[in-house]
Amino acid sequence: MAYINGIGIISPQNTLPGSDFLEPVVEHTSEFLKSIEPVYKSYIDPMASRRMSRLIKMGISSAKICVQDAGIEMPDAIITGTGLGSVEDTEKILGELSKEEKFLNPTPFIQSTYNTISSQIAINLKCHQYNSTYVHRCFSLESCLIDALLQIEEGTAVNVLAGGIDEMTLNHLSIIRRLGLWKREAIRNLDLWSSKVPGALAGEGAAYFIISEERTDKTYACLAAVETLYKPESTDKTAETVVRFISENGLKPEDVDLVLMGNNGNEEHDRICNDVIEHALPSASHMVYKHLCGEYHTVSGFALYLAANILRKQFIPSSLPCLPKSPGKLQNILIHNHFWNTDHSFILVRR
Amino acid sequence: MPSRIFVTGLGFISGMGSNVQENLTSLLNLRSAIGPIRHIETNLKDELAVSEVLMTNEELMKYAGLQNTEVYTRNTLLGIVAANEAFSHACLNNHPGIRIGLISGTTVGGMDECEKYYQDFLTNDSKNSFISTYDCADSTEKIADNLGLKGFMTTISTACSSAANSIMFASRLMKAGKLDCAIAGGTESLTKFHLNGFNALKILDKQPCRPFDATRNGINLGEGAAYLVMETEETNKKTGNTVICELVGYGNACEAFHQTASSPDGTGAYLAMKKALDMSGETPDTVDYINAHGTGTDNNDLSEGRAIEKLFTGKVPYVSSTKPFTGHMTSAAGSAEAIISILGLQNGIIWPNMNFSNPMPELQFRPAGEMIRSVNMKVVMSNSFGFGGNDSSLIFKKHGIH
Amino acid sequence: MDELINKLKKEVITQLNLEDISVDDINPDAPLFGEGLGLDSIDALELIVLLEKNYGIKIEDPKDGKKIFYSIRTMAEYITEHQKKA
Repeated sequence: MAYINGIGIISPQNTLPGSDFLEPVVEHTSEFLKSIEPVYKSYIDPMASRRMSRLIKMGISSAKICVQDAGIEMPDAIITGTGLGSVEDTEKILGELSKEEKFLNPTPFIQSTYNTISSQIAINLKCHQYNSTYVHRCFSLESCLIDALLQIEEGTAVNVLAGGIDEMTLNHLSIIRRLGLWKREAIRNLDLWSSKVPGALAGEGAAYFIISEERTDKTYACLAAVETLYKPESTDKTAETVVRFISENGLKPEDVDLVLMGNNGNEEHDRICNDVIEHALPSASHMVYKHLCGEYHTVSGFALYLAANILRKQFIPSSLPCLPKSPGKLQNILIHNHFWNTDHSFILVRR
Repeated sequence: MPSRIFVTGLGFISGMGSNVQENLTSLLNLRSAIGPIRHIETNLKDELAVSEVLMTNEELMKYAGLQNTEVYTRNTLLGIVAANEAFSHACLNNHPGIRIGLISGTTVGGMDECEKYYQDFLTNDSKNSFISTYDCADSTEKIADNLGLKGFMTTISTACSSAANSIMFASRLMKAGKLDCAIAGGTESLTKFHLNGFNALKILDKQPCRPFDATRNGINLGEGAAYLVMETEETNKKTGNTVICELVGYGNACEAFHQTASSPDGTGAYLAMKKALDMSGETPDTVDYINAHGTGTDNNDLSEGRAIEKLFTGKVPYVSSTKPFTGHMTSAAGSAEAIISILGLQNGIIWPNMNFSNPMPELQFRPAGEMIRSVNMKVVMSNSFGFGGNDSSLIFKKHGIH
Repeated sequence: MDELINKLKKEVITQLNLEDISVDDINPDAPLFGEGLGLDSIDALELIVLLEKNYGIKIEDPKDGKKIFYSIRTMAEYITEHQKKA
């Protein structure tokens, strides 16, 4: 257990510093939900950023926003989760290599290495402490958070900077669309739940958190625990895991006030999300949120930002309708996500 | 008091051999695996020296006893071979109820197939089965599936320190009581992608690499996989597995200096070794051997050498880089060299730093030039440093010694 | 020579993404690395690619880069010299 004492998030919504909690909601009508990026010069020296690709800049900026938000000088560890790292740099190299193996620039290669984000954050903050990067689909950010909680428990860190980041590109989208799981045409994001176009809606984003030992006046919420589940045999099994997970944290199913559900617009995927929650937490209020940010490997970061803010502000923005009704109290929030029913994750956030 | 962590299984495939015994035999016979490129189609074929696993993908499939029902990248195949060996070594299948985790390091992931089929991915449906094998997690999940593991798993990518960080994270999860046992290490296949990438950084030597030599001129890339089975002391009481050695210390630190280069004074290397040493309860004079990261680049060996001299003031233990045997196995280097260090510990052998002849003027110590046998060894350290100054150090100790 | 120097300035600006710097800002005799433009070792590798791609000149040992890439003028001189040879 630890506290979320700072957040830095770059997302397809209004989440940059100074913006009102998701107001006004941002409509997207292109192929995927693209992040609203800050003025990078405010966070990175232009001389240092000139070679950086978009993902690296998003990573450093969201990390810096996070550290500033927490009001700390220096984190004791930097941990990043990313499903795919810099897709743009990887594509550049693959494009070059398929033409001829000549004139390869070193920069895209360096940046395609997954731990570039964490190490660039360390260089920017001059942080010599523990530094790691997890690259496991929908366990990427979850692994970071587990590592961060361990650091706090071990007493090796007081403030851990942990976050998840992924980007989407049109090229990459065109490739994964071949698998039949993603929407093959652009839709209006706010129509996601009524859209007749089958498949998941793609998105991207970066979200870093300061995970701290102590509750302070900066605290958003308590990060109680994180659990992963690999290839469950059945929905019942997944539901059992949810109940066991929350009971290990001293809660009964009826104590969970709100569930942030992993629905993404893919019918089969969404059916699993619905079934799990219906089986495990039939009385909890629940909401879907990926119409705001789209689907990506580290999307739990967006959900954790929502949960932390909802708990601190004790308020749910109008763009996130609750079913069957708004919760009577906001004490305990469960975030569930999964990657094509292979990697399930559960994050428990408490007031 | 956190639990002690025992190593009870080893699995290792590299250019030197397909299992631990074959690798040990090569080491004992001073047989380097560095040679010309055989498997990869690349313009660099005649230019670079590498260390490739001799088996083709088909042969690896057969060796691992795999059916053609799934799509396997080379990275995955290497990982499966090594993880299977480590797992069978520790006989874990007979112990239900033990929570087994899998922490694997890789950076190239399924790039070997992706780089072949990228144009197909963009233009047609013929290679769709390889689209989802491209990412890093694919190899980890297939290794788990092959072993029937359902517990906690994750993939670490911190470039050339990935496998060392996997061993470290696995150990931390066990000490915190989240796991009873873990398979940890890394896998990395050679790809056109990173051969060209390292080549663009101008740090590949066309000759066999010469770590810590004044004439050193870069890296030979290598491929392979290596995994350790580790269990807590309490779990070991249940499994009764023979304890190979104990993981007594580990540390990770970041240079925060440059995207690829190491700092001239080796800040990160020093901090990582210091953290590991402090945790282990050992002192600089009780460390018998350091398996250095020793890539053979100008920059690494100077930076690491200085850090070693700073930490082991006055009395530097035996040091060698075994990369002239294996090549630089990048994301698998950490676990491969951990196993090489452990084999030295088990057999009382200091592995030689092959190809060394000219001492570096900047350093006081010289690496072990020749193999030294019958050494009474208790404590070994293994260093792994990655891009972005991601530096890690592991310390293993002979079991039963206090 | 002046023409080549101007061309090189433009190419260096593009290759190294020196967005805020114009051709006139670069003194052809000022050092590119360290105190001058503040370029680093990766920029040097990028410049090696530039020479190979745009001028067909291959530099095998990156250590040679130090002299060749001292300034825009030294680069231009190196190019002139080596293109003659070819």
